[in-house]
Amino acid sequence: MALITFEDVGLSYGGDNVAHDVRFSVNAGEFWGIVGENGSGKSTLMKALLGLIPCASGRIVMGEGLKPNEIGYLPQQSMIQRDFPASVEEVVLSGTIGYRGLKPFYGRRERALAAKNMEMLGLLPLRKHSYQELSGGQQQRVLLARALCATKKCLVLDEPTTGLDPVVTAEFYRLLHTINESGMTIIMVSHDVEEAVRSCSMILHLSCHPLFIGTAQAYKNSPVGRKYLKETTV
Amino acid sequence: MSAIAAIFQNMPEIMLRAIVVGTLVSLCASLLGVTLVLKRYSMIGDGLSHVGFGALAIATVLHVGSASTAVSLPIVTASAFILMWLTEKRRMQGDAAIALLSTGAIAVGTLLFRFSDNQYQDICNSLFGTASMALLTDSDMWITVGVSAVVLVLFVLFYTRIFSVTFDRTFAKATGVRVGAYSMMLAALTAVTVVIGMKMVGAIMVSGLIIFPALSAMRVTKRFRSVMIVSAVLSLVCFFSGFFLSLLIEAQPGPAIIAVHVVSFLVCALTGFLRTRIRARKNRGIVVEPPCRAGESGPER
Repeated sequence: MALITFEDVGLSYGGDNVAHDVRFSVNAGEFWGIVGENGSGKSTLMKALLGLIPCASGRIVMGEGLKPNEIGYLPQQSMIQRDFPASVEEVVLSGTIGYRGLKPFYGRRERALAAKNMEMLGLLPLRKHSYQELSGGQQQRVLLARALCATKKCLVLDEPTTGLDPVVTAEFYRLLHTINESGMTIIMVSHDVEEAVRSCSMILHLSCHPLFIGTAQAYKNSPVGRKYLKETTV
Repeated sequence: MSAIAAIFQNMPEIMLRAIVVGTLVSLCASLLGVTLVLKRYSMIGDGLSHVGFGALAIATVLHVGSASTAVSLPIVTASAFILMWLTEKRRMQGDAAIALLSTGAIAVGTLLFRFSDNQYQDICNSLFGTASMALLTDSDMWITVGVSAVVLVLFVLFYTRIFSVTFDRTFAKATGVRVGAYSMMLAALTAVTVVIGMKMVGAIMVSGLIIFPALSAMRVTKRFRSVMIVSAVLSLVCFFSGFFLSLLIEAQPGPAIIAVHVVSFLVCALTGFLRTRIRARKNRGIVVEPPCRAGESGPER
């Protein structure tokens, strides 16, 4: 059974229909890119997947023991207050909150998990630093570490490289590859279609309904993919 | 100093009550304040204090005497829920809703005080805090002890979740935290803190108890837990110095405590400013607040 199956999902936002007939499955270990123009419903689809909003029709089925609150979410950085006082460690640890049950404090297991993810993303030297004093790329890695603390199976990224310069962006995608190769399923919403095609194994092109669902290779050669790639690069 | 010693000697119970109430209220207000300020809910605390004034007016007219807290607690808590609901659901502009409720409560409250036997004294006490905190009764003290115990215990138990909800509401919601429930809990805790704080510094200034320590702490430290700790410590220091200052100069304690908070804020702001400048000078050539850049060497210390 697939990790996540979208069964005829229709979505509405503020009373308007923003997407319909979304039908596809995400298998474990895949790296999906959800692309489309602004207002194509890709952000709404992501919100529904995270359980932040309900589906207007159809349903999203999780398999392989994945629970809706066990998806690691990397929000757009603009969602975070710039001046919030928090150390790197505090932010990363807060990712473990979902499966801690009713325990009031972080235990040894949570601290070990946070330390492991901070180490993997090279954040250990910064653990006591304040989040607000880090560079954009470092902040993004902190939020990625927090997302990794929240999940064992699936990451959902919302426009992860917005506002990052090309060098940091390339570094970030390298990190994502490493994480993906370790077996983590990744679903990334992005307006950067070129990068999505380069990094992802699978593409969903959404424009209120799916225009393309398939491998990134096939997308590059498809009419819709060629057209969109050309439009965005010019 | 001998004046203070004399008061201690002559009225040990009054002093004890004032100190117990002051310490507990300062602690509750300073901890809640950090979250409220960061969630941009400072004005909810301010609005609630005005509602508190109206509630005190009702209590005075009803002649419930020292049980006024029992009247104002439910009224202020209910208003807190309504304000939080309006703000969260965006049914109405949150700040406009607060202004409506504040001014409405002040107007109705002032009219109601017309029916009290001691109109101006009562209005003054409600607005600016009881003179010398000597009017605090035993029941006031025990209510404060009970209420603040609940506030502090809940705060400590839910500390990590409060952090999560405050830092990133959407992420918290995606990981299964019931963010709506936590907002409502914060609203309720703020309401009860406002009610017990009003006894001490009066309706007009009680939001100062909530907002000042948090803001001051954020000038000097940039980590959540240290902001909490510094906020609590500052709040206690300001309470004690303000309280004893008021005894020395024979003034009302409320304004004295808040005035000390103002001074403490200025000191913290200056410290923070100087520290940033010194660090920037040390790191000349390294951008202190880089938007994004290659290299990723991190801010050097």
